[in-house]
Amino acid sequence: MKLLNLQRRMARAVMTPLTRSERMRAVAPDGRSMRAVANQIIKPNDRLTSFERLEIYNRQYWFRVLSAFAEDFPGLRAVLGGRRFDAMAKAYLIDCPSQSFTLRNLGSRLLSWLQKHPAWARERQNLAVDMARLEWADIEAFDGLREPALKPEDLAGVNPEKLRLRLQPYVSLLALRYPVDDLLLEVRKDSDDLDVASNTFSERHKRKRVSTVAKLTPSPIFLAVHRLDEDVYFRRLDREEFAILSSLHPGKSLSAAIESALRHSPIVAADRAAHVEKWFHTWSALGWFCRPQKYVVTFHAQTESFGKAKIYE
Amino acid sequence: MPANRFNGHTDYGIGIGLRSPHYHHILTRKPVVDWFEIISENFMIDGGRPLRILDQVLEQYKVVQHGVSMYFGSAERPNREHLKRLKTLVQRTKTPWLSDHLCWGSVDGRYTHDLLPMPYTFEAARITAQKIREVRDFIEIPVAVENVSSYAEFHVSEMTEWEFLNEVAERADCGILLDVNNIYVSSQNHSFDPFTYVNSVPAERVAQIHIAGHSKYRKYILDTHDHPVIDPVWKLYARTIERVGHTATLLEWDDSIPSFGEVHDEALKANRFLASASLATAV
Repeated sequence: MKLLNLQRRMARAVMTPLTRSERMRAVAPDGRSMRAVANQIIKPNDRLTSFERLEIYNRQYWFRVLSAFAEDFPGLRAVLGGRRFDAMAKAYLIDCPSQSFTLRNLGSRLLSWLQKHPAWARERQNLAVDMARLEWADIEAFDGLREPALKPEDLAGVNPEKLRLRLQPYVSLLALRYPVDDLLLEVRKDSDDLDVASNTFSERHKRKRVSTVAKLTPSPIFLAVHRLDEDVYFRRLDREEFAILSSLHPGKSLSAAIESALRHSPIVAADRAAHVEKWFHTWSALGWFCRPQKYVVTFHAQTESFGKAKIYE
Repeated sequence: MPANRFNGHTDYGIGIGLRSPHYHHILTRKPVVDWFEIISENFMIDGGRPLRILDQVLEQYKVVQHGVSMYFGSAERPNREHLKRLKTLVQRTKTPWLSDHLCWGSVDGRYTHDLLPMPYTFEAARITAQKIREVRDFIEIPVAVENVSSYAEFHVSEMTEWEFLNEVAERADCGILLDVNNIYVSSQNHSFDPFTYVNSVPAERVAQIHIAGHSKYRKYILDTHDHPVIDPVWKLYARTIERVGHTATLLEWDDSIPSFGEVHDEALKANRFLASASLATAV
């Protein structure tokens, strides 16, 4: 048997879902006999059959990817509940096995998959989608690229009509239907507490979390997921802030972005300049803008770079 | 023997794996450690805390890169994105050599994230050696391949594991990262004499040695890196050092990680064997 053929057969077997009792299936979903597959490629020894030896790898695969996935999406687990989350994770990983050398990217297709499979979250679909967005943005913010930040002197003498700014690649802007940032922070706090907790304490926390999720009602928020001093933060934004920052993404000039964002704003005209100044000061202090390569970048350069910033609405 | 062309002519002593539970201790206490081994993939990223910590470690310590997903034995060509990121990291760490496993783990662009065993065939040796050469040519530093622990053997195999390792190393003209714990684990799982394995490895190609603990189950042993090194593995290590001389040695402890001090103390036990090797060389 050629190397490629053998590897294809073994990989298919290794990635076949386990039974409910976490053993290797006797028959794969496509009707293959797993015993026959194992006998064909793997030698038995005096203690283990071919099936049992293959099963070691089959189990290791699922334990590894499921645990890595669960580690990345504790908030979604809280939303769906443990049992449903585990079943959803298996279904997702069957449809979307890793295509990357790093487990970091395991959840990269979760958002689009979840949107196509609303049955997993049922009545909590919007909440689940919001949480998946937030948790993926969190991963991106954790290790995303930081370009040199914009400095005040970069803006000296630049015409705002022509100024085009780029957000740092690690910043994601999220328009969410639920305040999932609070929920995720609570889930993480619970998880930290549980590291030193007794079983009774852990049960109490679990009940509290379930009740928090059940009580969560839609309440739209705008959020920037960003990094400061290498820690990831969730920063709530005003609607107008979100609109301005989002408008920068497709390459609008700063003045055009401000104008369109404030066009229907309830902020009275006399106060707008002060608001913009305050927002801009905050964004700059947080280092959200990249330093332009030239003071006025070309449209071509913007579209390439803007692709790295992430906006989810 | 210790400094050879497969480890960049370096003379490193005993190292331990750089793991997140120890970051604070390392950065604040600055313990004396010969060198740290990093898992390359954990730092093949664009930014953030892991790279900041790595840079701080690099200010104080020597670092060697060890990979877990190059999959030299996979039938498909190396992933270009992986190679580019790996090279960027190599330029950052200035690692004198680079290691990854003699295994496969991906096929048709899908990754298992496991170190799957090779069929010991001449075709596999040829493909694997070619891939090692490609990686080395791209990365431009010496490459060492590590023998893995395994729980299965293939009907199609045409040689023993150590013959396969030698065949690949010769064809690729690469170094060997000899994991003596993996030899022990596989010897128990496949019923061979681990000393035959150690005695068959070309001593002049050994760039580095791994030692570790494992978990024993009723019918097999699993390479879990979550225990101290057991005596039979130390005996294999002693024999290895006797053959290859004072060689850069790394203790792997990746699960249920105890305090920094406990891990380092366990690693330093290797000194009793390295000291005698140095003495023998001096005499």
